[in-house]
Amino acid sequence: MSHLIASLNDLDPLSKVLTGFDLFRHSALFINKRNNHSKLICNHRPSMTSTSTMLSLASASLTASLSVHENLKGRLKLGGGSLSFKKEKANPFINTKSFSRISMVAAIKVSRFEGVTMAPPDPILGVSEAFKADNDEKKLNLGVGAYRTEELQPYVLNVVKKAENLMVERGENKEYLPIEGLAAFNKVTAELLFGASNPVIKEQRVATVQGLSGTGSLRLAAALIERYFPGAKVLISSPTWGNHKNIFNDARVPWSEYRYYDPKTVGLDFDGMIADIKAAPEGSFVLLHGCAHNPTGIDPTPEQWEKIADVIQEKNHIPFFDVAYQGFASGSLDADAGSVRLFAARGMELLVAQSYSKNLGLYAERIGAINVVCTSADAATRVKSQLKRLARPMYSNPPIHGAKIVANVVGDPTLFNEWKAEMEMMAGRIKNVRQKLYDSLTAKDKSGKDWSFILEQIGMFSFTGLNKVQSDNMTNKWHVYMTKDGRISLAGLSLAKCEYLADAIIDSFHNVS
Amino acid sequence: MSTSTKALNRLGWWDRVSPASKDPITGVTEAFLADTNPHKINLGVGAYRDDEGKPVVLQCVRNAEAKIAGCDFMESNATAVGSKLVEESVKLAYGKDANVVKEGTLAGLQALSGTGACRLFAEFQRRFHPESPIYFPDPTWPNHPNIWRDAQVPVRTFQYYHPVSKGLNFAALMDDIKNAPDASFFLLHPCAHNPTGVDPTAEQWREISYQFKVKSHFPFFDVAYQGFASGDLDMDAQAIRIFLEDGHLIGCAQSFAKNMGLYGHRVGCLSVLCADAKQAVAVKSQLQQIARAMYSNPPIHGLLLVSTILSDPETKALWVKEVKVMANRIQQMRSTLRESLEKLASPLNWEHITKQVGMFCFSGLTADQVDRLVREFHIYLTRDGRMSMAGVTTSNVSYLANAIHEVTRYN
Repeated sequence: MSHLIASLNDLDPLSKVLTGFDLFRHSALFINKRNNHSKLICNHRPSMTSTSTMLSLASASLTASLSVHENLKGRLKLGGGSLSFKKEKANPFINTKSFSRISMVAAIKVSRFEGVTMAPPDPILGVSEAFKADNDEKKLNLGVGAYRTEELQPYVLNVVKKAENLMVERGENKEYLPIEGLAAFNKVTAELLFGASNPVIKEQRVATVQGLSGTGSLRLAAALIERYFPGAKVLISSPTWGNHKNIFNDARVPWSEYRYYDPKTVGLDFDGMIADIKAAPEGSFVLLHGCAHNPTGIDPTPEQWEKIADVIQEKNHIPFFDVAYQGFASGSLDADAGSVRLFAARGMELLVAQSYSKNLGLYAERIGAINVVCTSADAATRVKSQLKRLARPMYSNPPIHGAKIVANVVGDPTLFNEWKAEMEMMAGRIKNVRQKLYDSLTAKDKSGKDWSFILEQIGMFSFTGLNKVQSDNMTNKWHVYMTKDGRISLAGLSLAKCEYLADAIIDSFHNVS
Repeated sequence: MSTSTKALNRLGWWDRVSPASKDPITGVTEAFLADTNPHKINLGVGAYRDDEGKPVVLQCVRNAEAKIAGCDFMESNATAVGSKLVEESVKLAYGKDANVVKEGTLAGLQALSGTGACRLFAEFQRRFHPESPIYFPDPTWPNHPNIWRDAQVPVRTFQYYHPVSKGLNFAALMDDIKNAPDASFFLLHPCAHNPTGVDPTAEQWREISYQFKVKSHFPFFDVAYQGFASGDLDMDAQAIRIFLEDGHLIGCAQSFAKNMGLYGHRVGCLSVLCADAKQAVAVKSQLQQIARAMYSNPPIHGLLLVSTILSDPETKALWVKEVKVMANRIQQMRSTLRESLEKLASPLNWEHITKQVGMFCFSGLTADQVDRLVREFHIYLTRDGRMSMAGVTTSNVSYLANAIHEVTRYN
């Protein structure tokens, strides 16, 4: 309910002058409207020299003729008539301040966005914020999947520093990229994914468009699906990365879940997965994590991938890969692209979103790509043009910096080899930490529980099997920050902290329900 | 294993996808790049060029680059950098002493340049005022309707440009503002209108602002050329300051693409003025959520550059000077082009070349005349006759004048 009332006494002198005049003009308008006159009483703005006149006019008229009060029905009565104001049409300049002592109308700021409520905090990014606020020295951030060194510091890859220095030396310009992004980047990213000699590349059947990391690339794909396959569903794993749902929701693409994680085995519910994919309406999009599943760390075996491809082909579905961790799963860039290449080798058309946030540490530069493998070069050209059409009203063209870094690193044989080595180092550190965590758990946990699932999982994350209450205990008692689904980011774990973490997990698992 | 027939059955997922038509602006650049003629001139996209026709990286930017290159940047600092950017951006738009800045009664978020800021706002508008359309000036930047349509907001126009006077159709503009339903959303170009270069005077802005209050309209400013209209950053923000004085709670999309030459870095800022700090927090949280599902976070490099430049007084002073240099060169080219055409005894009136401001000249050339310029003279511009004056140089201005004269003399 909006009230046209405020106390003029609350305002500073200048505002009183301005609002006094505004009140006068404004109220004059209301009276006028009510009387069905089409002209304003006051239709020109006085210059500053007549302000004092206006002020005295305003203050005179305010108390005298413009007494306004609210009657019982919440309608405003102005003089003899009445004016009702619906909330949606609330005048933005009428304040809803004090209602008790009502003396006059004032035009003070009220927003069109009164009804805007606080959005819920992002479950993943919110963890880091909570971690920062914690002062306990034992605290451990196992929330967001960002790589940390053994000293738990962020890591800028050496190849990235080299590439950036090269770029500064060359003094390249900062002109707009084309809508589809940097051509050199698009070329190397597709080659990295499929292999340079892959038929899909040689036959120019891949439409590649640079996107804002994984999120931006997924969003472009979602927009393409919404436009060209209206009503088609995307099937996402249960569980999956939290932002997947947001992306498809905002893009207005319906989604449903296929079984994936089996809490009993802390492994893959393969039969459930196949059954759910089979049961989905023909022509659905199946979102698959190319490697290092987030959040579970549980990947299908090569045999299982073949069966997944079988059922997708059977049902005429379209595979949609999210490849955020190429290189981080096994340490080998090629091996980690195995699932995507398997599907491509079958002649299937597919979508693949890529991200360089983790494997090149370019989190904040937002560099990735959406690739659409088509059966013909002509289709690829058309699809690319439509992806551009979707990107233009989103951000016009993608950011240049990250694209240049990737193009320089991946496109230069020396830097590329150096990168491979750094990639192996990072993945290796995580594997070591996994092993140490497993060893610590096995040594400390006297219950005989089998913790080997930790060794079977792959990539940055481990799904501990802890439930929400237990995860809360991890945070509240042990100052270990993780997401409520029981996911820990091993990238944020050091060898030195493995024993402490093992204690925390054992305590939470056994002593909390 | 699947059989090849099964594979064949699934061919043609993308048969239904027709080729999208080329973007009217970037399509011009594509055509230009493909042209091998030595005399070719690109007057298409609004990107600044120096007098040699080359793209420019501002010195202040180079200085900032050197400062941050190879740094061990912590991505955990991204939030701090983003906040700094917003802080400095809103000072530029609203004035460093503005109450809204000091009291923090605005929701501000870094955005992917002007486009990204507009798109965030369009999505936000749709989310909280689902039935509301947006009103654009006629004409406006062609991407504006794309942005709001993709956000599912209906699009309307209000009269703006007067094709005969090649100036502002103020009476019609005021009528349309008055006749629009109360509490409508309007997009305004506060300076250097794109594509026409025609801006209201300060007095006219005051009248527009007043009428906006009467009608309770929501003013959304697209600030893409601050500094390019007059050469003075504060002067170019005058319209915004007028609205602020009048108590409007506005929205603002700012871009650093042109005035800092950071085109490819996609740096901008969206701000929405709110009733109080609490509401500002709520609005910001919603904007962040919209951004999260589109691209998560904006790219850091551009943010670093802008915040480095704006927070260091010396570098900022250098920037202010460089903006003037760019604006002056364009003004110079405007004068030279107009003089050249008048010297050629062109039968037409070319006053508007110097009256219009900012990067663009709305030449008044017809689509056919534009086509002739492209075909016969290898001069590239958009078919609405918009010329980016930033692409004019001392060495090509005579050629340009001659070409324009040729295609218009037998009108």
